[in-house]
Amino acid sequence: MTSISTSSTSPASSGTSGLSAAQARPPSRNIGRWVVWTLYALLLIFAPLLFESSLALTMLSQAGYLVIICLSYNILLGQGGMLSFGHAVYAGLGSFLAIHAMNLAAKGSFYIPLSLIPLVGGLSGLFFAVLLGYVTTKKAGTTFAMITLGVGELVFAMSLMFPEFFGGEGGITTNRSYGKPFMGITFGPQIQVYYLIAVYCFVCTAAMFAFTRTPLGRILNAVRDNPERVEFIGYNTQRVRYYAFIIAGFFAGIGGGLAAINSEIVTAEVVSGVRSGSLLLFTFLGGATFFFGPIIGAGLLVLALILLSELSMAWLLYVGLIFLFMVMYAPGGIASLIMMNLRVAAYGKLRQLMGSYLALAGTALTMLVGGGAMIEMLYHMQLNAAMGPEVEFIGVTLNTAGVDAWFGSVMVMLVGLGLFEMSRRQYVREWGDVQAEIEKEIKRREAL
Amino acid sequence: MSSSEFALELLAVKKAFGKSEIIRGAQLQVKAGERVAIIGPNGAGKSTLFNLISGRFGLSSGEIRLHGQRIDGKKPYEINRLGLSRSFQVSNLFTRLSVFENIRCAVLWSLGHRYSFWKFLADLTDANERAEAVLAMIKLDRRRDVPAMNLTYAEARALEIGITIAGGSSVILLDEPTAGMSKSETQRFIQLIREVTVGKTLLTVEHDMGVVFGLADKIAVLVYGEVIAFDVPDAVRADARVQEAYLGSVLAEAH
Repeated sequence: MTSISTSSTSPASSGTSGLSAAQARPPSRNIGRWVVWTLYALLLIFAPLLFESSLALTMLSQAGYLVIICLSYNILLGQGGMLSFGHAVYAGLGSFLAIHAMNLAAKGSFYIPLSLIPLVGGLSGLFFAVLLGYVTTKKAGTTFAMITLGVGELVFAMSLMFPEFFGGEGGITTNRSYGKPFMGITFGPQIQVYYLIAVYCFVCTAAMFAFTRTPLGRILNAVRDNPERVEFIGYNTQRVRYYAFIIAGFFAGIGGGLAAINSEIVTAEVVSGVRSGSLLLFTFLGGATFFFGPIIGAGLLVLALILLSELSMAWLLYVGLIFLFMVMYAPGGIASLIMMNLRVAAYGKLRQLMGSYLALAGTALTMLVGGGAMIEMLYHMQLNAAMGPEVEFIGVTLNTAGVDAWFGSVMVMLVGLGLFEMSRRQYVREWGDVQAEIEKEIKRREAL
Repeated sequence: MSSSEFALELLAVKKAFGKSEIIRGAQLQVKAGERVAIIGPNGAGKSTLFNLISGRFGLSSGEIRLHGQRIDGKKPYEINRLGLSRSFQVSNLFTRLSVFENIRCAVLWSLGHRYSFWKFLADLTDANERAEAVLAMIKLDRRRDVPAMNLTYAEARALEIGITIAGGSSVILLDEPTAGMSKSETQRFIQLIREVTVGKTLLTVEHDMGVVFGLADKIAVLVYGEVIAFDVPDAVRADARVQEAYLGSVLAEAH
């Protein structure tokens, strides 16, 4: 276990203070934590220097605020067991109030530096979470999920009723470099905006991590695990959910405010159910059971939105397929895959599994090539038929009118599928063996 | 008002589910520091009585007082804050949290940490020391960092008791604490319960007569939703009504 997990089963998460602290928490844990956070800061600082293209900078900026929003979503999903279908509402309303604040500040109605605009977003998110969350968090479980869906639809419907606020079809636009330059910083160039986002991203990540180490943060985990029992140890579960919801709304709003600064336009789509759905989907993909999972999720979200959508018109279909596979085979998301393999690696047994991983990757790729070819041909036939029957797919020209391409694709996919299933079974066996060996090793060490 | 010689009082408590009346005017007055075992045939309403006292269900009529203060109609967490804590027949734990975290969660409210998110758990010396102490009391200190879902049955039962007593409540209700345990485990467990409930008012629901006589100063016999006898064990055993109503049905159950 690394130091950033929410599962709270690691010794690091249960440190005691006073005399026993030194014994209870090995110093290496603290050093490990410093290393992780330093690396995170360095990554945020140096990422734009590693990838110099403007596309990369755009992606990094988006990733920065999406990290905040996905982490805030995970306060609900992973830490509180609250499946929300309407989290985009709080990020989105944060965006709208932030952009209105920017326009008012530009007009000279009041003074607020751009660097504080994300806080306007955060306070708006907090305000609406206080307001709407009171109703939402009255119930838990399925009812909670239904209410979030309802509230989400409600707010999205309002965007049509109040075009002055939501900007109608065109949305609201702004110019972020409205203020006087401060030490040469105008926030005109994207790189300056990136660093503003990076600072907020780091501070918010740290704050949300700190939250998992507080009494409310831990009781929230208890409410996730067993709400009934929490009522019998003195806590009002409704309050716990409500407070967590407000905190999540605050951070979502900050992310929303940064999004408004970054793109200088906000449309009603930011509060839509589609947006909420993608937050859920990618937070889950990244991994809701570990604190850092949503950070990976946010990265994937940007990759999908910007790169995958460039590569293929059918990108949503691929995202859906990946999601399906993850729900079925790795419900802990990528973060848990990483952590489980790190554990195997810690016992020096990762090499045993390498062959299986190569086989899995190879066969999955074969399957994807076959299936992908068919999907691309279908999309081509439906949408680009006017451009002729031929479609380019990973360097090969396929003729959608001929039988060959279809037959070939089907064969490739089926062969891939068969081999994948074989390697998957092999892998499951090997994984079980390795786990058994590790258990034995643990027992042996305990006995010493 | 709040000073009373009784730690817990049930006055003409009634509870009906739909048309069927489960508790029919139960009457019970437990003095502070007494250890009471509630016995009775299956379906007599023992667990229902616990659910009424702890606020899980509302009463149909009657009064329940904790140290003289009315608690009927209050929420479970309000009753808990007034100093009454209960365990469950089926272990009711925070499954994904470690043993230590389970206990620490249970001490937070009573130490006044409430919903705070501006202080770190690691810095709460009082909560951490209390949790460690409880862990040692229930003899799970060696399993400190194991997730609750990975505990053995007996360990889970011990943690269930630990969560119940951790908050320092003065009145403790244990719902069949030894259910499903072997004879030797039960013996050890009774000893454990005795240790962790020193100086407290204790109510247990029990089936095992060995446990009843091992734990209780007084026995309350519940039959068809009424307390038909409440006295020291020997007196209860000699009570004609108990023999007729309760032991008769035990014999009937046995065969």
